[in-house]
Amino acid sequence: MSEEPPQLREYLIYFAQIHETFRKAELDSLSQLTGVEIQWKEYSDDSPFAIVHLPNNPSAKALVERSVLTKAVYELWGTGPDYGHLHTTIKSQTPYLWPSCMSRSFKFEIECYNGKRQQSAQREIIESFAYLGLDGAIRMKDPEITFTVLEEFLEKVATPTRIFFGRKVGGGSRALVEKYDLKKRHYIGTTSMDAELALVTANIALVAPGKICFDPFVGTGSFVISCAHFGGLCLGSDIDGRQIRGKNGRSVLSNFQQYGLVGNYLDGFVSDLTNTPVRRTAFIDAIVCDPPYGVREGLKVLGSRDPEKRKEPVIRGGVLRHLQNDYVPPKRPYSFLAMLDDIMQFAADHLVPGGRLCFWMPTANEDFSQLDIPTHPQLQLVSVCVQEFNKWSRRLMTYSRIQGDAQAPPTREREERNRSKKATADELNSFRKKYFEGFRSNGT
Amino acid sequence: MKILTTNFLTCALRACKSHPNSFPLRFRDAELQQDSSPFNAAFISNILPRIDWSALLTTAAELGFTNLPVEKPAVVDEKVGMELHRILIETHVVEGKLVCGNCGHQYAIHQGTANFLLPGHLGISPTPFVWRTGVADIYA
Repeated sequence: MSEEPPQLREYLIYFAQIHETFRKAELDSLSQLTGVEIQWKEYSDDSPFAIVHLPNNPSAKALVERSVLTKAVYELWGTGPDYGHLHTTIKSQTPYLWPSCMSRSFKFEIECYNGKRQQSAQREIIESFAYLGLDGAIRMKDPEITFTVLEEFLEKVATPTRIFFGRKVGGGSRALVEKYDLKKRHYIGTTSMDAELALVTANIALVAPGKICFDPFVGTGSFVISCAHFGGLCLGSDIDGRQIRGKNGRSVLSNFQQYGLVGNYLDGFVSDLTNTPVRRTAFIDAIVCDPPYGVREGLKVLGSRDPEKRKEPVIRGGVLRHLQNDYVPPKRPYSFLAMLDDIMQFAADHLVPGGRLCFWMPTANEDFSQLDIPTHPQLQLVSVCVQEFNKWSRRLMTYSRIQGDAQAPPTREREERNRSKKATADELNSFRKKYFEGFRSNGT
Repeated sequence: MKILTTNFLTCALRACKSHPNSFPLRFRDAELQQDSSPFNAAFISNILPRIDWSALLTTAAELGFTNLPVEKPAVVDEKVGMELHRILIETHVVEGKLVCGNCGHQYAIHQGTANFLLPGHLGISPTPFVWRTGVADIYA
């Protein structure tokens, strides 16, 4: 009846043109999660269109279903710089697909990136596909087949530079960005991660139903909420218990209630990563966090600035002070890099093999080309995604826990980053220092 | 705080961590609350391999749950699954203390949130040095 389809099948991914460096990392992660092999054929951060090879339509649908940065995926029938080329390709390469589209309801869509088409022009474009001989009913709502013409325009140029034609096989999860919008969330803080990036982070962390996720800087819970959406079972801790408990009925727990995800919230507890109560065993599937940058408030961990102080328990009013309810343990400033080291070691100790660590890290743009990427012998770098701001940027670093515990010999002992006895927050955190200096370049 | 969580936590003092008496932490003056949440069999089977069974038996017995099998079951049937669901997921400790069996330090649980911050006098040591941060070129 029809010719054999070619072995490799081309698909068009239509991305959102935002957070460009996260898009490949997100789909590559979803490829690993769904087991759908993806081969990148054409990709550029400057375009929303990417061409990939995928096994078949159902797997293409499954691959992008959870993707926050993907609008849709199409079985690619043809592409060209103008309609002449496009139609020639379709006529020469896809007739074997045509019979399967007969007698089925359909509609046509036109997507213009960076451009616009009048209604009359759209009609003209659609009519140019008459040679397909479609004889099914035209149905604008829930048709069996949706054909899409995608046009890519350059700024202020009236005709498109690239045209794609394909059959829509699946859509992404852009609607989640709206659903989890921070503006509609009952409990947020000054450092809550926006919904879109928190959801992308959960995808890159391979969060899936029943997996255990942990955020050691849980704050108001932005990351654990996004992990819970994808079925993860979430644990969070924070050095500040007030953040977890919240007040006036608004808390991390109430956020889970708002989205109907209470069953995915395991617990929140108060602790400091440098003295964690988490048992040293591999049981966590994903660690996702945005460590405190130390800009808003100097970065602190438990301890005292003066190591000679507080060797003895304090007694006040005849009672051990630390057993009283309003006791606040002393804290000392800490270096951001030392804390990243601690996060890496924590991840190596607690992630299951193949489990992922995703953390955010700020840098001044002048340090952009050559930056410190934390390394650990048991953690393999998976991806580095960048979100740029005016004078600084932040990166999402992703690592995978390797199999086994064989400890590669350390090349050199960790720098003693936190030795100075009474160091200030600025001395310990060069990013904070640069932030408050307005990122002036030093003498260059 | 859920009973499942206690299976993953121990004393925050580094010196206690390697000591068998520090795990599981023991409840004291625990005020329990029982919720109901939908039973998820897949989740229970998923979580089972990561549970330290003897620690769970200790904690469960302490809180009055004595219906669990002595050995960790290889396959979860509905009866054991429901019991595990009731203990691990539906039981919360809202107020009380968790006590380390080694150093005796008490961690308070308040409004369902346990506090593991150590007081100033309990020697707080930095993370041991085992590796270093390397410099890599992200474009490499």
